[in-house]
Amino acid sequence: MLLRPKSRTIRNLKEFLIEKILFTTAFLAVVITVGIALTLFTEALPFFKSVTLKQFFGDKQWSPLFSDPHYGIWPLVTGTIVTTVIALCIAVPIGTIMAIFLSEYAHPKVREVIKPLLELLAAIPTVVYGYFALLFVTPLMQKFYPELSGFNMLGAGVVMGVMIIPYVSSLSEDAMRAVPMALREGSLAIGATKLQTSTQVVFPSAFSGITSAYILAISRAIGETMVVTIAAGMQPDFTLNPIRPAETMTAYIVQVSMGDLPHDSIGYKSIFVVGACLFLMTLFFNILGQLARKKFWKAY
Amino acid sequence: MMVNNQKAEIKKSKNKEFIFLSVSLILLAVLAITFSALVYDLVSNGLSRIDKSFMTSFPSRFAEKAGILSACVGSLAVMGVTCLLAIPIGIGAGIYLEEYAPKNFITTIIEVSISNLAGVPSIVYGLMALGLFVQKFGFGASILTAGLTLSILVLPIIIVTTREAIRTIPNTIREAALALGTTKWQMIWDHTLPYSMGGILTGIIIALSRAIGETAPLITIGALTFIAFLPASPITSTFPFISFQWLKDPFTVLPIQMFNWVSRPQEEFHVNAAATGLVLVIVTISMNIVALTLRSHFRKKIKW
Amino acid sequence: MENENAIVNNKELRLEVKNFNFYYGQVHALKNIDLLIERNKAVALIGPSGCGKSTLLRSMNRMHDLYPGNRYEGEMILYPEKLNIVSPKVDPLEVRMKISMVFQKPNPFPKTIFENVAYGLKIRGIKDKDLIAQKVQKSLENVGLWNEVKNRLNQSALGLSGGQQQRLCIARALATDPEIIVFDEPTSALDPIATAKIEELVNVLKKEVTIVIVTHNMQQAARVSDYTAFMYMGELIEFGETKNIFTRPSKKLTEEYITGHFG
Repeated sequence: MLLRPKSRTIRNLKEFLIEKILFTTAFLAVVITVGIALTLFTEALPFFKSVTLKQFFGDKQWSPLFSDPHYGIWPLVTGTIVTTVIALCIAVPIGTIMAIFLSEYAHPKVREVIKPLLELLAAIPTVVYGYFALLFVTPLMQKFYPELSGFNMLGAGVVMGVMIIPYVSSLSEDAMRAVPMALREGSLAIGATKLQTSTQVVFPSAFSGITSAYILAISRAIGETMVVTIAAGMQPDFTLNPIRPAETMTAYIVQVSMGDLPHDSIGYKSIFVVGACLFLMTLFFNILGQLARKKFWKAY
Repeated sequence: MMVNNQKAEIKKSKNKEFIFLSVSLILLAVLAITFSALVYDLVSNGLSRIDKSFMTSFPSRFAEKAGILSACVGSLAVMGVTCLLAIPIGIGAGIYLEEYAPKNFITTIIEVSISNLAGVPSIVYGLMALGLFVQKFGFGASILTAGLTLSILVLPIIIVTTREAIRTIPNTIREAALALGTTKWQMIWDHTLPYSMGGILTGIIIALSRAIGETAPLITIGALTFIAFLPASPITSTFPFISFQWLKDPFTVLPIQMFNWVSRPQEEFHVNAAATGLVLVIVTISMNIVALTLRSHFRKKIKW
Repeated sequence: MENENAIVNNKELRLEVKNFNFYYGQVHALKNIDLLIERNKAVALIGPSGCGKSTLLRSMNRMHDLYPGNRYEGEMILYPEKLNIVSPKVDPLEVRMKISMVFQKPNPFPKTIFENVAYGLKIRGIKDKDLIAQKVQKSLENVGLWNEVKNRLNQSALGLSGGQQQRLCIARALATDPEIIVFDEPTSALDPIATAKIEELVNVLKKEVTIVIVTHNMQQAARVSDYTAFMYMGELIEFGETKNIFTRPSKKLTEEYITGHFG
């Protein structure tokens, strides 16, 4: 005798409901994205009722909490740029060399060990890196270079660079390994060395993939908060000198959040303005990075 | 002549090859030394501070009396909320995108949103939570807000790893199940999910280790740094014996406690910071090692 | 044997494979291969799949060095330098500079057409731009591609058709004046017209360079080669002039293969 299947309508209803629930969970991602954008911009807009765009982009001083307030965003932007550039100067070359080493030279077994170990660098909480930058790296640098101030962008940037090496190395290595073996063989077969093959065939072939790794690293460095808050200081300063203390956009948000500002104050609104700028900057780099990534994976 | 040239050229290329390899190995060594220095610094400054009283004391004005009890409990409570929210939603979204999603405009929008969320700086999540959960919904700087914020933060990680894990299952398995007359959901529940559990679990652990170390978004929502009490107990002596009061309580977590101690000028507090950092590093690194072992274990076990 | 001595005495010998064995880890893939390859002739390696013909070919270019666990035994002596190209003491780079390889599937680099052909020259440290341009043109002319691409040398090689790409890869191998070019089933990914062009090309090229070609297509072997080696299960069963192998093979196994009884 055949087993009677459950009533068809009930079964279909159950399947239908499950699909709708799952769809809702996925659609939450869209809701959250919209939520972030809406919250940032609705909270930030009132700021520009009391501050003109001219003040915002024209002034070189940022001191919204002082009795003589200035609202020029540039000091925070320079702080962010300097620390980001220092971090990239560390992470891009080291990350790329590691990626070439892992993808083209290391024995598969060695790679299986080293790659996850490198990724552990990204697993350490950022607040610990901040501690390391302030209380270990900076004092160490001061031994060689006494003029370095206790809070400085150099130490923060360097440590941040170490922190984002795995982002560069892992993604670049993935891209290089996706380059077909046939291209390597084609190059080696006519007498190229591994290094020539890596730099002249594999690297250019994987270039858009590697670019996306670099761009994502930029976006990481711009958005990184705790290292720069702890080690670079909290005084906005319009300077490009890395041995000076300065405040980044992210550090400013932390600084204000720790205080107790009334929620209709201009200081409170200002962190949403800075946050919105941060959001737009990272969004720009993320989109750029994803375009490069798409281009790469389409090619292979 | 050509041959001589060739020999010289080979020698030159070989030298470059040797230089590159040496540089790679030196850099690897430098990274290993940096990592060791970081751990050594935490151990040498903080290890002696970790004892029973440090783990069971509240923060204090006096560095040597201060402890991380409230931060530990806070971290645990926030992680609990994060798990309850992020894991089901993340896995659900992953399943939907891999098994159900039609190729249409809405799916594209969902996918674009997820990849952008993955790149949003964590502090921006904090600002969103401040404006939305703390202010608009009136949840305050509570454990609930923190859990919500962190679950949103790690959601993309769980979704992406779930999708990757599900994608490795060959279609033949799905067809085999469907051919026996299972419904789609039975197929997913009995086959897709169990076979991809290893990968999903790895993603969850990595996501949680990330959440435990997050500091910035929780500062932004207004987490306190000085908490000398514990949240309300979830179990009560009177009916209905379960209370959700703790969700609304203020809190602190380990990384914020550490940040607070690092930011003080007195060196005694730096010792506390090192000890807290050591606890954090041990927790996050061991979680990652567990995740890595799981991953390689499942990779070895299942070969399609 | 007299034949062998004649070749040696005539100084027409290019490559002598002597008691050659090859191992993939534990797997004994090539067993006691002996083979003499004459200068400026084309040798075809035929046999059923898995017989070791590609393995032998890739040994000549030291391609197996790229993957761990592989081992060569015996000798492959390149004349006139008398260089044992499979000796661990000999740098694979040096071998590959003398012996170039063309692969089953066209594998042009994602660079311009010009850069593809110039690549081999550049890695040999040649910086003279005029010399490079001249060599590139000559190689492209040799493979009959010059007229088709001379107006778009700076466009990506990936825009070429499959047959053009394969001829470009041959030009790339040719540009560095190798002593031998080894072809690993060079037409298996191409349509019949492109295949005919490549075969024609091999016939032209062998006036200047020694050619070893692996093919699964016996008509092709008959059309392009002067000598044919039949391999089976890692062993060299029979080697001789192509016309003899195809008309009156001395071994039964060869005859069975050629008449299509297996493989």
